[in-house]
Amino acid sequence: MLRGLKWKFILYAAITLFAILLLLPTLTSELPPWFGKVIPTEKIHLGLDLQGGMHLILEVEAEKALESYVERIKNNLRDDLKEKGIPVGKLEREKGSQIVFEVSGEKERWEKILSQRYGMMQELSSSTLDKGIWRVALVLDSRQADQIKKNAIDQALETIRNRVDQFGVSEPEITLQGTDRILIQLPGIRDPQRAINLIGQTALLEFKLVDEEGDIETALKGNVPEGDIILYQRSVDPKTGGVKKIPYLLKEKTLMTGEVLKDARVALDSQFHEPYVSLEFDDIGAKLFEQITGANVKKRLAIILDNNVYSAPVIQERIAGGRAQITGRFDTKEASDLAIVLRAGALPAPVKIIEERTVGPSLGQDSIHKGIISTLISAVFIVLFMIFYYRLSGMIADVALILNVVLTLAALALFRATLTLPGIAGLVLSIGMAVDANVLIHERIKEELRWGKTIRAAIDQGYHRAFSAIIDSNLTTLIAGVLLYQFGTGPVRGFAVTVSIGILANIFTAVYITRWIFDFWTLKMKVKTLSI
Amino acid sequence: MELIRPDTHFDFIGKRKITLCISTVVILICLGSILFHGGLKYGVDFAGGLLIQIKFSKPVSISEVRGALDVMGSKEAMVQAFGGENEFLIRVEKSSEDLEAMSKTIQASLQQQFKDKPLEIRRAEVVGPKVGKDLKKKALWAVGLSLVAILIYVAFRFHEISYGLGGIISLFHDVIVVYGAISIAGIEYSLNVLAVVLTIVGFSINDTIVIFDRVRENIKKMRKDSLETIFNVSINETLGRTILTNGTVMIVVLILFFFGGAVIHDFTTALIVGMITGTYSTVYIASPVVLFWEQYISRRKRR
Repeated sequence: MLRGLKWKFILYAAITLFAILLLLPTLTSELPPWFGKVIPTEKIHLGLDLQGGMHLILEVEAEKALESYVERIKNNLRDDLKEKGIPVGKLEREKGSQIVFEVSGEKERWEKILSQRYGMMQELSSSTLDKGIWRVALVLDSRQADQIKKNAIDQALETIRNRVDQFGVSEPEITLQGTDRILIQLPGIRDPQRAINLIGQTALLEFKLVDEEGDIETALKGNVPEGDIILYQRSVDPKTGGVKKIPYLLKEKTLMTGEVLKDARVALDSQFHEPYVSLEFDDIGAKLFEQITGANVKKRLAIILDNNVYSAPVIQERIAGGRAQITGRFDTKEASDLAIVLRAGALPAPVKIIEERTVGPSLGQDSIHKGIISTLISAVFIVLFMIFYYRLSGMIADVALILNVVLTLAALALFRATLTLPGIAGLVLSIGMAVDANVLIHERIKEELRWGKTIRAAIDQGYHRAFSAIIDSNLTTLIAGVLLYQFGTGPVRGFAVTVSIGILANIFTAVYITRWIFDFWTLKMKVKTLSI
Repeated sequence: MELIRPDTHFDFIGKRKITLCISTVVILICLGSILFHGGLKYGVDFAGGLLIQIKFSKPVSISEVRGALDVMGSKEAMVQAFGGENEFLIRVEKSSEDLEAMSKTIQASLQQQFKDKPLEIRRAEVVGPKVGKDLKKKALWAVGLSLVAILIYVAFRFHEISYGLGGIISLFHDVIVVYGAISIAGIEYSLNVLAVVLTIVGFSINDTIVIFDRVRENIKKMRKDSLETIFNVSINETLGRTILTNGTVMIVVLILFFFGGAVIHDFTTALIVGMITGTYSTVYIASPVVLFWEQYISRRKRR
């Protein structure tokens, strides 16, 4: 028995020491460098509701990526057919990922083009209208479509990670949730609106030619020339704050996109001291830009971001060297955010914010402050009450309770769990159950003593009898906790984690640690009466 | 030290007809309040909508804030005072798509209109309608499955379905009472309140099992006594523990209530109600259910 006590002591002491070591990084930041090599230096992460910050859930509109993919195929198809001299009439994208077009001439010729270059499109139907005109409907292969959607979501995740990294947030969390949602947590962010703009912006940069022949007035009346589109330049009057929209008639075909960007930086205009974004293209982009500018001297080239025209300067000469700039009236912050999103790349599809929660740093601080105060008062109360009611034995219960909290928090640090407000509710529940376990044992021992049992027998019986109640009630709650974790989300999970860990710690401390202390006390110190 | 004399003989179970009436009335009031209010008052978490918590650095009355919102034409916005001085909650319950933009507009406009009284945005939440529905569904599933697991485990450990049923029915009682209290107090049903309900379920089942455990033990000892007597003796024997544990937890909850701050006020209010009903339901719901089942439904009558 006494030998067993020694080994148990070593085991329990080792566990306790390990738990305290795990908690050290949370308590102090001044740790010796060797510490991290021996013990994980994970701190307890506080949830955004406690420390302040922003929680976002975005939905990637992957369908849109599909649509723009099919849109590109449509434009290529038109060019290909024209190039081969095949007369093509109406050519449109329908119902998301379908292309419907009318074509005349020999069937074999256009069918050959379709099968050679457009394998990703399946022929849905083809019928003759009259006089050798065919009406063909194509649809994007479903496997291909799924792949494009999946790529779009993966790429969106990657791009947003890039942007947040460059924005400079400490310990951001960006993960995929379900199939098409992205969860973003940014602790301690100061300007949530700016972060939202930065993350949510599609940032699709396009270069298109202005249609110099078309008439913008007639186009605005609804008579848009074939292959043209109207886009607007928004200009804000800095004095009145009014927004002016200037229409542009552009060639629909995109000559170049932001994909060929190598770098984007903020620079300051030497003349007006206004910030602008300077772009640098990669090799392919530089060559393309040289070709485009060379072929379109004296025409205007519109620089478009997310369907807003930023500027449309006249090309004075062929531009080699792969540089361009985006000017517009923005302040330094806007310019630097624009540079970030351009560097990180465009989102392959627009995203929609479907959930946003921002907690200001002061509210978080308030919650922590008040939480700590009320927890301390509660803790002091429980500790004193146990001693008051159970005397020396109450101190044993106190050791168990304190150790319970230490172990629970250490496990939270070890598993990198996050402590949230519902998590604290879970902590309260597990502490309540720890008090209960100790009370059950103590009451049972007292009861046995009343029956006239010896101290040793009373302790033995007390533990034995109380055990089934403790195990059953704790296991029931543990099972519920595990299920809540498995099937719950966010806050429900936060609750489930602390409850489950707390209960495991509880069984260990209330049943095994206190038993050891009781045994040590009665066997080694040979007490005659139990102070309980 | 003894708080409760060890030889109490209160006839808890004998009063079950009276308490059944009380329970029925309480449940009816709770359900009535929920029905009267047209269901629970779902917070933005579940209903979708937006919520903004603002704090002014100088005194501002609630009507000024309302006025400011009227100016910008936010008719759906509701304002309520919250926590400390000059602190308000603005809420819009609407399940539309442009909530994000709306939240932005309200924040900007308030900052514009109260230029001389700087305000701080302490919290801003926007939950899209789809997300709210998702959260509701997932929470319901998680809780439902947990309850089923509790039923199975308790029935298995006590070798009788009646104990599992007693436990579960008393949990339903507690949940209804807490939801009723939330409804009467006008507290919004949010994810945090859901966490409280789960906490209450935890405490309540813990309490129930402790007494059932004593019954399980006493059935072996008191073979000649009726189940009713056994329950009475068991409840009396564990009375000291019930008062000690639940009293301690209750005081802790009261401390949280008074010192924990406004954010967890709703949270602790619900907990207080839950602690009371959780303790009550063990004696007056869970035990009578087991007795009823064993006496009238189960074929194997115990003597």
